[in-house]
Amino acid sequence: MNQGRLSVLAAAWVIARRDFVAILFSRTFFFFLLGPLFPVIVGGLAGSIGNRVDQTAAQPEVGIVMESADADAMLQARDALADRLGNGLPKFTVVRRLEPGEAYDPADAFAGRQANIAAVLSGTPSAPVLTGPGGQIHGWSGAVAMVAAQARAGELQPWPEVSFHATATSNASQRAGRLKTAQAAQMLLFLLTMMLAGMVLSNLVEEKGNKIIEVLAAAVPMDSVFYGKLFAMLAVSLVGISVWGGVGALIYLGAGSAIPQLPTPAVGWPLLIGLGVTYFAMAYLLLGAVFLSIGSMATTVREVQTLSMPVTMMQLMVFFLATFAMTQPGSAIELFSVVFPFSSPFAMLARAAQDPALWPHAAALAWQVLCVAVLVRAGSALFRKRVMKSGPARPKRKGLRGRRKVRSADVAGQSAAGV
Amino acid sequence: MHGNGSASPRPLAIEARGLIKRFDGFTAVDGVDLSVPEGAVYGILGPNGAGKTTTLRMLLGIIDPDEGYRRVLGADRPHDVAHTIGYLPEERGLYPAMKAVDAIAFVGALRGLPLKEGRRRGRELLEQHGLGYAADRQIRQLSKGMAQQVQILGTLVHKPRLVVFDEPFSGLDAINQGKLERMMRGLAEDGTTVIFSTHVIAHAERLCDDVAIIAGGKVPFAGPVDVARDRIPAQVRLETRSGDGPWRAALPADLRRDGKSDGGAFWYFPLPETGIEPLLRALIEGEAGILSLSIERAGLHDAFVAIAGEAAARALEEESPEEMRR
Repeated sequence: MNQGRLSVLAAAWVIARRDFVAILFSRTFFFFLLGPLFPVIVGGLAGSIGNRVDQTAAQPEVGIVMESADADAMLQARDALADRLGNGLPKFTVVRRLEPGEAYDPADAFAGRQANIAAVLSGTPSAPVLTGPGGQIHGWSGAVAMVAAQARAGELQPWPEVSFHATATSNASQRAGRLKTAQAAQMLLFLLTMMLAGMVLSNLVEEKGNKIIEVLAAAVPMDSVFYGKLFAMLAVSLVGISVWGGVGALIYLGAGSAIPQLPTPAVGWPLLIGLGVTYFAMAYLLLGAVFLSIGSMATTVREVQTLSMPVTMMQLMVFFLATFAMTQPGSAIELFSVVFPFSSPFAMLARAAQDPALWPHAAALAWQVLCVAVLVRAGSALFRKRVMKSGPARPKRKGLRGRRKVRSADVAGQSAAGV
Repeated sequence: MHGNGSASPRPLAIEARGLIKRFDGFTAVDGVDLSVPEGAVYGILGPNGAGKTTTLRMLLGIIDPDEGYRRVLGADRPHDVAHTIGYLPEERGLYPAMKAVDAIAFVGALRGLPLKEGRRRGRELLEQHGLGYAADRQIRQLSKGMAQQVQILGTLVHKPRLVVFDEPFSGLDAINQGKLERMMRGLAEDGTTVIFSTHVIAHAERLCDDVAIIAGGKVPFAGPVDVARDRIPAQVRLETRSGDGPWRAALPADLRRDGKSDGGAFWYFPLPETGIEPLLRALIEGEAGILSLSIERAGLHDAFVAIAGEAAARALEEESPEEMRR
């Protein structure tokens, strides 16, 4: 009945099947499914709190210190222009109406701590003087000059009517739109990858805690263990993505046009989604292989955290690299981010959103598959070389007692030579 | 090191020559040679840190030796015959959420046994060993000893030709240790080669045909248990009514010289190469007043001390004084 020796893939299948079933019916998967809700909830809360803060926080204003007629002219001109320009103009408020010939230091207006006065406008509409912090007054100089000119001119001149001739898109808007799509795709890919790589890492650490890893290592090659674990988690994530996709589709169908539309990517939506799933798989497998190697070497959760922190930071930098490279198509940095294995999936997905050519994707995927194989092989070799040692590790952990035992064993060995 | 090996005509299940393994400059195993005949119960004795586990891991292909070679069931790469090997590691472990029967089937599946068949055999094995009622319980619901028994059954579910147990008796109570000893004997009777490491010499003495003694990463002895015992000459113990009487003058000169008294009624003599008869004759002629006379052969523990040294024996006793007494 025995089927004989398992191949690497068959052994990986045995491991993957166990992990897949175990994870799918665990609490971990439930929280994994809820995962995307957390950023949405946190984002929503942050937005709502931000709005409230914006509403309650007083907007900075320009305080006017002018003779009464000039101050009124400035206020009227500001209101008249604001009707046409919208919110582009700062609010004006009269701080002090000067008597003719009265001398007043505008800086004194700040001493009274009148609410929200960020700059003080003095002088006359013909020669306005703006007093305040450097950055602020330079930012407002154009608006203040325009209001002053209007105050000097008096009545508002009629503006010419602008006719509209709409086109479907322009090169610039198409490029900007695709950039937005690429950015969204990259961000989604990054979040998913990090979440899953973390899960596969804790899965392996748990395995080491259960001490079953040696049973696996004795029965099948470590490559199979690594592949099995990686692909099990990938399969779990695909189930999760399917669930999210289903929920997303229902929301889309229910909400219809209320949801803002992302611009169509260069390769079209179906292909972008297909490539997105593929690049997600590659990004996860690459990062997961690194995390598995780390997990296999660590003996405690603390060690895992210590070891994985630099990798997480590195991955964050890689993400920033890919995001930056996306804005520089055809540059050396974009080429680097395409070739560097860990940024390649992100950079290529961004490319898919911006460039319709398909052959670079075939080449990139082949390269990424090769890198995954090399990383898994290196990780399993490292595991066999550094992890499965029993003798010398013990005395270090056990302290004095352990060292004494080993010395005595050594002595035994030496004395035995004479037997 | 060198094991003199048994002059066994049986083919070898395991053959290892000059195995060396270093970790960070520390030589954990230093030139181990082993020859384990097929169908034998073979013990590897030594204190913790002696290199037993590292040796077993090299034999199983979990780690590769830095030098030397090993051949397991005729294969140079142990993973090539993994489906015919069962292994119980020193650090036991199963998935806590798995049912006992599934845990057994999973270990079998790792060795190429189809899951369905593994479950069937798993139930059968659990029934045979009085654990049928626990088949559908999760591992986390079992006691430590029961979980260990489940893992042992997982080691055997695919009917391996070679079973490797690393410290199989630790963690088991006396009753289950006895059961495991019987199981190991049964496996050997069915032609399965059993190799196990232990720091409890009594188990090896009861079970093994051959042993290897490991200390400090070396193997100062490998061969039949009897040959190990014979490293210490047998002696004759005499209990007499007259502790130091004229009978001593009747003894052959060498026995008169080498005989030692315990200060009371007992005397100890080296067993003459010609046998006990000349001594017995002299004792009768000298009217020694024999109360008892017996030939005492050395135990494996004495042999271990003689071969591996006092330090190794002390290290062994420090690890498990209770088990040593047992």
